Amino acid sequence: MVKTIIMTGYGINCDYETEHAFRLAGSETDKVHVNELINGKKRLEDYQILALPGGFSYGDDIAAGKILANKMLANMSAQVKQFLDDGKLAIGICNGFQVMMKYAFLPRSGPQEATLTFNDSGKFEDRWVYMKSGGSKCIWTKGIDQLYLPVRHGEGKLVAPDSVIQRLKDNSQIVLRYCSPDGSLDAKYPLNPNGSTDGIAGICDETGRVFGLMPHPEGFLYPTNHPRWTRESVPEGAGLRLFRNAVEYAEKELV
Amino acid sequence: MTERLEVRFKKGHPDARAEYIRSKIQDYLSIPVSNVERVDIYTIDAALDDGQLEKVRTEIFTDPVTQESSYSPLASEFDNAIEVGFLPGVKDNAGDTSQNAIGDLLKIGFKKDEAVYTSVQYRVTGGSREDAERIAKELLSNDSIEHSRVNTYAEWKQGLDIIVPKVELGREPAVKKIDLQLDDAALEKLSADRSLALTLEDMHVIRDYFSKESVVEERKKVGLGDKVTDVELEVLAQTQSEHCKHRIFNAMIAYKDGATVEKVDSLFNTYVKKSSKEIEATKDWIVSTFWDNAGVARLNEDWNYVAKCETHNSPSALDPYGGSITGIVGVYRDPMGTGIGSKIVAGTYGFCTGSPFYNGELKPRLHPKRLLEGVIEGVKDGGNKSGIPTPYGLTFFDSGWIGKPLIYVAAFGIMPREVNGWPSHTKEIKPGDAIVMVGGRVGKDGIHGATESSLEGGEWITAGHVQIGDPFTQKKVQDFVLEARDAGMYKYITDNGAGGLSSSVGESAEFSNGCELHLDKVPLKYAGLDPWEILVSESQERMTIAVNQDKLGALRELADKHAVEMSVLGTFTDSGKYHVIYNGKTVAYMGMSFLHEGFPQMQLEAEWQPELEEEPSLGEVKDHAALLKSMLARENIASKEFIERQYDHEVQGGSTIKPFIGAANDGPGDAAVIKPLLDRKEGLAIAAGINPKYSKIDAYNMAALALDEAIRKVISVGGSLDHISLNDNFCWPNSVYDAEKNPDGKHKLAQLVRANKALYDYTTAFGTPCISGKDSMFIDSNIKDKDGNSHKVSGLPTIQFTAVARIADIGKCISMDAKKAGDAVYVVGETRDELGASEYYEMLGHVGKNVPVLDKNNARTVYKGVAKAIHSGLVASCHGCYRGGLGIALAQVAFAGGLGLHIDLKPLKLDDVRALYSESGGRFVVTVPADKKNDFELAMQGVAFTHLGEVTGDARIVVTGAGGEIISEDVSELKSAWQSTFGWW
Repeated sequence: MVKTIIMTGYGINCDYETEHAFRLAGSETDKVHVNELINGKKRLEDYQILALPGGFSYGDDIAAGKILANKMLANMSAQVKQFLDDGKLAIGICNGFQVMMKYAFLPRSGPQEATLTFNDSGKFEDRWVYMKSGGSKCIWTKGIDQLYLPVRHGEGKLVAPDSVIQRLKDNSQIVLRYCSPDGSLDAKYPLNPNGSTDGIAGICDETGRVFGLMPHPEGFLYPTNHPRWTRESVPEGAGLRLFRNAVEYAEKELV
Repeated sequence: MTERLEVRFKKGHPDARAEYIRSKIQDYLSIPVSNVERVDIYTIDAALDDGQLEKVRTEIFTDPVTQESSYSPLASEFDNAIEVGFLPGVKDNAGDTSQNAIGDLLKIGFKKDEAVYTSVQYRVTGGSREDAERIAKELLSNDSIEHSRVNTYAEWKQGLDIIVPKVELGREPAVKKIDLQLDDAALEKLSADRSLALTLEDMHVIRDYFSKESVVEERKKVGLGDKVTDVELEVLAQTQSEHCKHRIFNAMIAYKDGATVEKVDSLFNTYVKKSSKEIEATKDWIVSTFWDNAGVARLNEDWNYVAKCETHNSPSALDPYGGSITGIVGVYRDPMGTGIGSKIVAGTYGFCTGSPFYNGELKPRLHPKRLLEGVIEGVKDGGNKSGIPTPYGLTFFDSGWIGKPLIYVAAFGIMPREVNGWPSHTKEIKPGDAIVMVGGRVGKDGIHGATESSLEGGEWITAGHVQIGDPFTQKKVQDFVLEARDAGMYKYITDNGAGGLSSSVGESAEFSNGCELHLDKVPLKYAGLDPWEILVSESQERMTIAVNQDKLGALRELADKHAVEMSVLGTFTDSGKYHVIYNGKTVAYMGMSFLHEGFPQMQLEAEWQPELEEEPSLGEVKDHAALLKSMLARENIASKEFIERQYDHEVQGGSTIKPFIGAANDGPGDAAVIKPLLDRKEGLAIAAGINPKYSKIDAYNMAALALDEAIRKVISVGGSLDHISLNDNFCWPNSVYDAEKNPDGKHKLAQLVRANKALYDYTTAFGTPCISGKDSMFIDSNIKDKDGNSHKVSGLPTIQFTAVARIADIGKCISMDAKKAGDAVYVVGETRDELGASEYYEMLGHVGKNVPVLDKNNARTVYKGVAKAIHSGLVASCHGCYRGGLGIALAQVAFAGGLGLHIDLKPLKLDDVRALYSESGGRFVVTVPADKKNDFELAMQGVAFTHLGEVTGDARIVVTGAGGEIISEDVSELKSAWQSTFGWW
């Protein structure tokens, strides 16, 4: 059976619903404190999927995700590298995405070349947004065209030099872009909730196995999470599909 | 060596935070500023070498894509620089994180006197130096917690000093021994000089106790004598404080109403507790009420939920951000410290301030708008950073709160009914158990928070009790506590709130009948605190746990994993003594029974003397559509979506009915519904009711209507009287009569008695028990006008009821937005001539006489009828009529659904204005699918209801009154009137 490790500690706070998402998708799960990976009580190699949930690691002080990324880099970079080299899967959601960007395993390993910074509004915002997927190599979003999910962040604007953005496009690494309800991609605020470059909401690495996004798929696991479920027909929690994709892939390729 | 690191966004990367400040300068102060540059400053007061400094600069503090930084001032051009940093000793969360991050990266430890401090420099282009001073004072800094400095460009060019806000108390801790053989004047002075808030009678009791021969003998054995120590005096002041002992609520009151005088022996016992106990006898879902930090009730066969609402008023008046973040993070600790501890699943807020648009004569220290923004921000950081959703809240504005606001904060938790076979709502301490403190360190912050809540607000309030909550530290504590609980490592936990260790250990020690507490084991933020300060400091994020000595090792290991600081401070004993030791010497030694029972009951007088107003005569309304729009735009009715959007109301994954809902996600939901256990179908509907304006006529009706509002809100989404629990929060002006200082004190106390009578009458009639609550008794402040004359301003007598309804199946919840053209529109409940103290009268400058009176039996029938109809699937939408009445409710139902309504008011048999704006309680606007009309009307037999019209597809509200059509308006116009007052702020 596929095993997913959900990282916790130091202010990570979406671990409960992220773990639930992977269970619903058919994975075994373990919530593991960062320090248990650092002190060797738990090992990444025992899992096929790594999830960095949302939250406020270190209170978002200095820069969101930065301090936890530093802690991981300083203390567990070897096992993270091995995990990724083994072709395993990872997802970073919201604060987890910020950690991935600042740790620099997204968009690729090496020096940090893109960042997530303050929303143009200057505020933290919680609202639901439409996203268009399509054309990326990301295995997490396979078969998904449009998504409607909540964003809940103050630092979600993706910024990178033009050359990096171009490379992401060329390599099919742009996974999700904010859009209008009808799917058109020139979405302005509040449809693009943070002013992100090209409306980018999520990207993957060059393999398509490592995925980071600002919106919260684990916030839409049940129809009753949808803001309008009392007036529209909502067949299922659409966020669940991302987790199913990953678990199915891991079942086939990694177990 | 001290280094000052400056960090800013590079050219081509605008800093959204700086732009936000620029627009605020424009909005608030109308100062033309063309540019604001933000520079984040990290003052590193630690011995790092050049290589280390460079490493932390690049790897911690500077984003390589967007930022640049330097240890020397970054060049730019501007007119004035405003720098804002914390005063020494004020909690600097980002500074603490910086220190952590540096320690981790360089693998070094910071020495005792080393630290990192954060501050911000705003470089402003445009405006004079005087303008910059104003910006600093009125917008960017708060002198009770921060220092600010303004420098012109020329001064900045010369170079600025580095400010290091290090605490250097520079003194040896000492214990004072105080002779209490003093005359009355000297005893009163002693209480006043130390801000003890102890009465002369209390001082007599204390003097008598410490003069008793047997007591003196015992004390001699532990090295004390016939004098009291300052430690003891401070502990007694804490335990006897209004905050901890609720002395007014427990007073003996002679209540005079006309010719009759009634003796009320404790408001709390006579009304609040009596009601709860009576209801408890009939409801098996009530688990634990009033004795613990929060109330407990049943969620399902395996889980209980925990609920607590608190207020944090005085601190928020002084520092709105610090006050409200400390309030919300603090109230989370109540469910965390209830029974053996629960997981927090939601928080809510209620902000009652002066009008944000106030432009009157009085000059409060902070303008209500700034105060409101500060408290919004505090709850935002407190909730979001804790990973706890804030799915519900309210605001209410009234001029009585321009000096001292009411800041309500509530927290809800869940816990398994049993943990390892132990009923989780109970706790136990065995003599010999270790006293363990976990969480934050202790400093001078928060000293006398509890005793100052027993005094009126004014210029004298000291900055000593200003604190800034630290959700990051507390989140780690919550994770740790839950794991320790489930591993069976303890059976007793409580929080350190008001009164600090003196209260938490003092109250805990009652479980074993004694304690031996070593103050020198308490971890401090800085050296030099006197023992009494360590004991009563209210420094935040701390829990006290009683732990079997055998389990200390395992607990410590767990604390290390979670990076939580844990200290063993002594042992709980059965000695009957509250025994405190500092560096081997006894500094406090008192009988447990004296501490908690030895003090006299207050004797108070109340006299009901209502000012009788008359109903005003009203002119004719020329334009009903315009009237409806101005009512929708009123500050107590208008949309506050801008607040809720800044709060994460969905984290933990159980969000079911959101605060703003409808076709465009922007209609006003009546209550929030969360599903705290993702794999179960039970939910909690949460809402609050408040409407103090009715106190202008009668606080009895004020209390009844607040309760009615809270109950209707949770019923609207799917709750029912079968299971609604309440928290009652009284916020009252000074009600202790004093011929000079408080001449109408007897009347205010009579209002309090009446509100309590209403609480008892209606909670028992509805079977909705208060399971916890709180009172805050001094909502008064002294504010200067522009000429420097001081005015006493008192808040209206106010109760907020927070309601929690258990929802058996969240799939049956409904929302308030109109769903479909053709649906029938009803108002359930009676609309009467009740405009007294209404929003409509207030708009016209009247109070009136006909305050809404709630008929218990009718209301109960309506609640039951509506709940039954909703559960039977007959209702498409349901929305209560609250402030502003039926007209407001109808407009909201329509625009939330993006649909129109055709309404005929004639069946209500009232004139148009009363039909639309009367605030009669016990009413709901309900829409019903056309094919279910008959079933609905059948189900509502015996309930007062009126068919008003239909939902239409044309998105217009058309209202017919007595003389024909009075309103025909596009719903988007109504929505925009409702949204434009605050907009996005």
